[in-house]
Amino acid sequence: MAGPGPGKALPMRRRRRRSQWRGLLYIAPAMALVIVFFVMPVLFTGWMSLHNWPLLGSPRWIGFNNYFRMANDARFVSALRFTTYYTVIVTIAIFAVAFPLAIFVEKHRRFVGAYRTIIFLPVVVGLASASLLWVWLANVDSGFIGPALKALGLVEKSPNLLATFDSAFFTIIVMVVWKIAGFTMIILLTGLQAIPSELTEAARIDGAGSWQRFRCLTLPLMRRTIALALIISVTGSILAFDQFYIMTSGGPQNRMISVVYYIFNQSFVSFNLGYRAALSIALLAILVIISVVQLRLLRVGEDRP
Amino acid sequence: MNRSSMSLSRQRRARKAFRAESAYHATGLAIALFFLAPFAITLLASFRHGTEARLPPLPPWPANGISFDSYRSLDTFGAGVWQHTFNSLLVSLATVALTVAVSVLAGYGFSRYRFPLKNVLFVLIIATLMIPFQSILTPLFIILARLGLNNSLFGLTLVYVTLQLPFSVFMMRNAFDAVPKEIEEAARIDGARDLKLLFRVLMPLVLPGIATVAIFAFLNAWNEFLAALVLLSSNEKYTLPVLMMAVRAGRLGAVNWGAVQAGVAVMTLPCLVVFLLLQRYYMRGLMAGAVK
Repeated sequence: MAGPGPGKALPMRRRRRRSQWRGLLYIAPAMALVIVFFVMPVLFTGWMSLHNWPLLGSPRWIGFNNYFRMANDARFVSALRFTTYYTVIVTIAIFAVAFPLAIFVEKHRRFVGAYRTIIFLPVVVGLASASLLWVWLANVDSGFIGPALKALGLVEKSPNLLATFDSAFFTIIVMVVWKIAGFTMIILLTGLQAIPSELTEAARIDGAGSWQRFRCLTLPLMRRTIALALIISVTGSILAFDQFYIMTSGGPQNRMISVVYYIFNQSFVSFNLGYRAALSIALLAILVIISVVQLRLLRVGEDRP
Repeated sequence: MNRSSMSLSRQRRARKAFRAESAYHATGLAIALFFLAPFAITLLASFRHGTEARLPPLPPWPANGISFDSYRSLDTFGAGVWQHTFNSLLVSLATVALTVAVSVLAGYGFSRYRFPLKNVLFVLIIATLMIPFQSILTPLFIILARLGLNNSLFGLTLVYVTLQLPFSVFMMRNAFDAVPKEIEEAARIDGARDLKLLFRVLMPLVLPGIATVAIFAFLNAWNEFLAALVLLSSNEKYTLPVLMMAVRAGRLGAVNWGAVQAGVAVMTLPCLVVFLLLQRYYMRGLMAGAVK
């Protein structure tokens, strides 16, 4: 690579080849990182999933036994069921809050920028910080929510929000909505702002009510944006871990073990690395399928704007 | 007659508009309160006396004078809060520096050069977005150990940089694509080549893209929990979120909630400040991700 730059006498082809290699040189650091810390671990996970792999001692090839075991693992199935339940409920909750918020901050009024910023603030802090914050707020004796309800005279005794499945689940949903709604709101806002105002104006003149305009005009035009927000919410929720680990340590009667939490337990508590790898491949497959569905959904949105 | 009725109706309309405006801002204030209150309550409560740490924050401000007891008790966990804040800062800033360096080079390469397998390699980088890193933590742990980087902040940094790459390389490629080729050709005629061209001429033009990449790298590295929990094994290496697990677990079955409040304040304030200062660049990144 050293030496004088390509002179005029250099044949064209050689010159081009040199510049080709230079391009590869620029992307080499990025490729090295992706290969060492992403591609290799993924392949390694696949390889491990075909072994009985203890923490110490040598791994033993067992073919697809880890995968057969997964199908009969009641705790994995219940983790899957819980994760699905959580994903559905939290996604509905986030949209139920974020959509009205997006419509609220779309208007051109004074302070609307401040409202957007404030609603967005919880998005930039970590989920771990948010979980810690809320586990304190929800604490029965030293927290804020229960004692405040009691001080207002709404309840006789401060409720222990994290003690039963339903109230703990509800608290986590409120925390996640508080943390994520601003993000979904901004995504939906970009979709709302992309709708030409002449269209809504024309519909208004034609006598369409506000609900009718929303249902027949806004929603169809926002298909693409809604699909995107939906996918981000679903994939994020399937990977939920921090909130269950920090807020309820798996919850009352271990009923809040999400898939990632279960995988974490398998490898770093039970040291069952081969089985863990098989579980990871399952998780990976679920997410890749969702991503493919996502691309489909987005493309469908393009055909019918 | 006619005139007065007109002004009357105008008055009525003005009153109606005023009422709508008031209702709008009343709703806005209520919403703002919901999203701000948890931060405000925690921050204010963290300045109460140590004796009050067990009590609910009613009223939620330090009614009996300001004290730093909560921060002092936070300091008794792990290797002291300064050490862990330093660890978090080190990892976050190193992640920012490396992510910017690697993604600027890669973005430039993908934008300006033609080479074999270019599109395949680009898609490979972006495709890592589809795969959750949570599913590859064990092999990462093993690979880092082979490289002698287990339980090391540098190893954790490399993992964070890799996680940032799909977004960052995409951002930087688009940033370089937006720079007119004429500028580059003019600089080339003036004798600037390759790295010199990149750093002297093109860098200032893609600075907004770099700012976006840097903010996301900082926030994600500062906030990340699971990988740090898994990959760091010795006490003095813990980043803040991992330290907070010890605080959350408490001692002898009792949680020091004052230390929890102080810890939340230490973890959230940098994020909020960075976001408020550089909001424009953050939102740009978000929009770019949402539109593309």
